Amino acid sequence: MSKKELIVREEILGSNKKIAAEIRGKLEAAGVLVVNLLSSPGSGKTTLLERIVETLKPTHPLAVIEGDIETERDAERIRRKGVPAWQITTGGACHLEAKMVGKLLPEIPAETKFLFIENVGNLVCPAGYDLGENLRCVLLSAPEGDDKPKKYPKAFISADCLVITKSDLIPYLPFDLEKAGNEALDLNPRLRIFVTSALKGRGIAELARYFIESRVNMIQHQRHA
Amino acid sequence: MHELSIVASLFEILEEKARENQATKIVGVRLKVGKLAGVVPEFLQTAFDSYKQDTIASEARLEIEEVPLKMRCRKCAAEIEKEDFVLVCPSCGSTDLEILEGMELLLDKTDLEI
Repeated sequence: MSKKELIVREEILGSNKKIAAEIRGKLEAAGVLVVNLLSSPGSGKTTLLERIVETLKPTHPLAVIEGDIETERDAERIRRKGVPAWQITTGGACHLEAKMVGKLLPEIPAETKFLFIENVGNLVCPAGYDLGENLRCVLLSAPEGDDKPKKYPKAFISADCLVITKSDLIPYLPFDLEKAGNEALDLNPRLRIFVTSALKGRGIAELARYFIESRVNMIQHQRHA
Repeated sequence: MHELSIVASLFEILEEKARENQATKIVGVRLKVGKLAGVVPEFLQTAFDSYKQDTIASEARLEIEEVPLKMRCRKCAAEIEKEDFVLVCPSCGSTDLEILEGMELLLDKTDLEI
């Protein structure tokens, strides 16, 4: 018997990253922009998605993957809008992984322009898993408080855009919109910030435009590459 | 709490390395965990100790090296080590920083018996 010290230096989540890169490559080539939505439970991901779906659907066919620990409820809500939606129930796991998304790729209709993935409600664990997205959006609802970005730095550092939700409640809450935005920008100066209210319709058109522009940029970037 | 699924991914790599090297036992595992890896080292240790039962690594000792956040300012080239996550250069105030270390979650090395 002999002993051997083996230097490995491999990323533990390397296989997830590899699958995510394959998903991104395939979907980019098919002209599909993938958006990963991250937030704590109850911050309004599904309601925001319903509004986004209504706004984009007339001009851009889209599809939705819903991640939850249990139930089909969220996928059913999206299907009611006439959009294909699949539910991944993790049975307890606190995040989605790229291989779960990869299994659904053959189901996605050819005409799809956007794939939205609603992650399991959790501001910690999903941040570590690339799902093959082009854009990562982190949501922060006004009732959660303006002090959250620095408490959950990784989610905000790894995001491309911050969507403040339930902004119609701000007049009734000790929520400082500027403070929340500045906290997030301290962590990630490149973050795009949108202030929305799914109930009142505020900010939805701007956010939808951002997705459309991001997709145009993705396609142009591909042509130049 | 996703430390258990991280440990499951870690064991996939460990078992592959053990097979490749025809090892009979894994006796040591060393990880590098960045401060911004989003992982709690204590939970990782607990998850490792319960997962390793009845595996080739059942007697393995886990060592975790925590890696602080290290950045470089793209404007003034200062190298910055920080305890907080305010990504502003203390020398010139620029926010254009490149994260060099502190995000990683690496299997650094493993000790095998062959």
